[in-house]
Amino acid sequence: MGRPYVGDEQQGFIPSGGECVMYDAILAPFVEFGFMRRALVGCLALSLGATPIGVFLTLRRMSLTGDAIAHAILPGAALGYLVAGLSLGAMTLGGVIAGVVVAILSGLVARTTVAREDSSLAAFYLISLAIGVVIVSMRGSNVDLLHILFGTVLALNDAAIFLVAGIATVTLFGLAVIYRPLVMECFDPGFLRSVSPLSPVAHYSFLVLAVLNLVGGFHALGTLMAVGIMILPAAAARFWTHDITPLLVIGVLVAFLSGFVGLLLSYHTSLPSGPAIILTAGAFYLFSLGFGSNGVVITHLRSRRHLEA
Amino acid sequence: MDDTILHFDNLTLGYDRHPAVHHLDYAIGAGSLVAVVGPNGAGKSTLLKGIVGRLAPLGGEIRLTGITVSEIAYLPQQVNIDRSFPISVFDMVAMGLWRKTGAFGQFGPDGDRKVGEALDIVGLGGFEKRPIDTLSGGQMQRSLFARLLLQDARLILLDEPFTAIDSATVRDLKGLIHRWHGERRTVVAVLHDLDQVRTDFPETLLLARELIAAGPTENVLSPVNLDQARRLTEAFDDGAAICGR
Repeated sequence: MGRPYVGDEQQGFIPSGGECVMYDAILAPFVEFGFMRRALVGCLALSLGATPIGVFLTLRRMSLTGDAIAHAILPGAALGYLVAGLSLGAMTLGGVIAGVVVAILSGLVARTTVAREDSSLAAFYLISLAIGVVIVSMRGSNVDLLHILFGTVLALNDAAIFLVAGIATVTLFGLAVIYRPLVMECFDPGFLRSVSPLSPVAHYSFLVLAVLNLVGGFHALGTLMAVGIMILPAAAARFWTHDITPLLVIGVLVAFLSGFVGLLLSYHTSLPSGPAIILTAGAFYLFSLGFGSNGVVITHLRSRRHLEA
Repeated sequence: MDDTILHFDNLTLGYDRHPAVHHLDYAIGAGSLVAVVGPNGAGKSTLLKGIVGRLAPLGGEIRLTGITVSEIAYLPQQVNIDRSFPISVFDMVAMGLWRKTGAFGQFGPDGDRKVGEALDIVGLGGFEKRPIDTLSGGQMQRSLFARLLLQDARLILLDEPFTAIDSATVRDLKGLIHRWHGERRTVVAVLHDLDQVRTDFPETLLLARELIAAGPTENVLSPVNLDQARRLTEAFDDGAAICGR
């Protein structure tokens, strides 16, 4: 955003009163501090990758599955940590393996036993969470545990940013490839199965993308918060549109705005950054729930004033 | 009846070893219009699931002649569709062109035109942009029939297509079924309304897990047969012995 040009060249660099406050509040933290810029780039990448995944998770009524997989990543990442300390590669590899294993295992248990998928997922993730915390506390400090549970978006290094951005790229390409079958799998899986053998391909590719994004989100926001940047913007977007394409776009915008506002909130109030971002996303959700075009307030007002027949 | 398109050969289908369709032998001719009737739990929907390969036979086999499973158009009971999904009528109907477009094929003006025509035929012209969560039950069923039209299938399976649907829609959709019949497509429909079956379906399969009767509708829907069907379906015996046939 350009600042007004005031008088001669010298003054042009000095913002006028009101603008100065705005500049200090909104732009200065990113202009002055490299870690804030990195965090913002990380949030942008997460929004582009994780939020579209979250949109499909909510559409498939799998929001809790996302939560469960996020927790399931923990013991894998913890094992990586046990072997190599706070190493990006080891924790990523461990997390991806654990996430995929739990996603597939719980699917298998649901298909081959009387248990439903949600209860088997819950069982697996509770076990995973406990194992993960035990492993971390075996070797690490409470600080490390906090890092793993809540992430460190303000301490993203180059490697972590490349990882998160790489995951976002893979996700966008992957979703483009499986988009049609995935939409059909969500909306009318029976129909997809009757016309094409791609149903399991769409389902499992989608699960793998979900795991990858949760691992990416885990580095920035931690296991407990990673799923928030997926689900909250997606759930908020649903109150603004009736069509899936705008749903994806609005979701990404809400997620990025949450990252931007959340980082500022964290900067100015010294709140932990991950929870600040998720809280902002939560505020967007509550606002949309009330005032979105399909939200509670608008729907309520509209229903009193009926249309002509 | 000339060549058969669908052949059930000593077919047993079921869930968890309990047969829902038991030792069925029958052949359906290409181009025929067949109603599948029977009490609740008689195995009617199970039979359709078996035909499209969603359920593997516990015994015997289903043979398709001249077509493959992916060329069958199948309309399951409406409850299986997520009606709150954020998608437009156009996009939903366009899924019927899957066999031509696949996952990546281009969807050009030709596709637009075909979807528009199909919607016109089912009486939903101009509904393209409507989100499906605003459709009534009848309108939803009309759009599902539009999707079936685009599938351009030689074998069409309908599972209770007229349950909880208004009479005007039923009339229009029956017109569509007769049109398919006129085009020599084979239509197999699970139905509950026997009057409908008598007026519109020349051939009937009466199931009560076992085949009670099959053939010309008037002969099949005799009081004796219907009474027998009612008595046969009731038991679900957990201690049932292993079938010796």
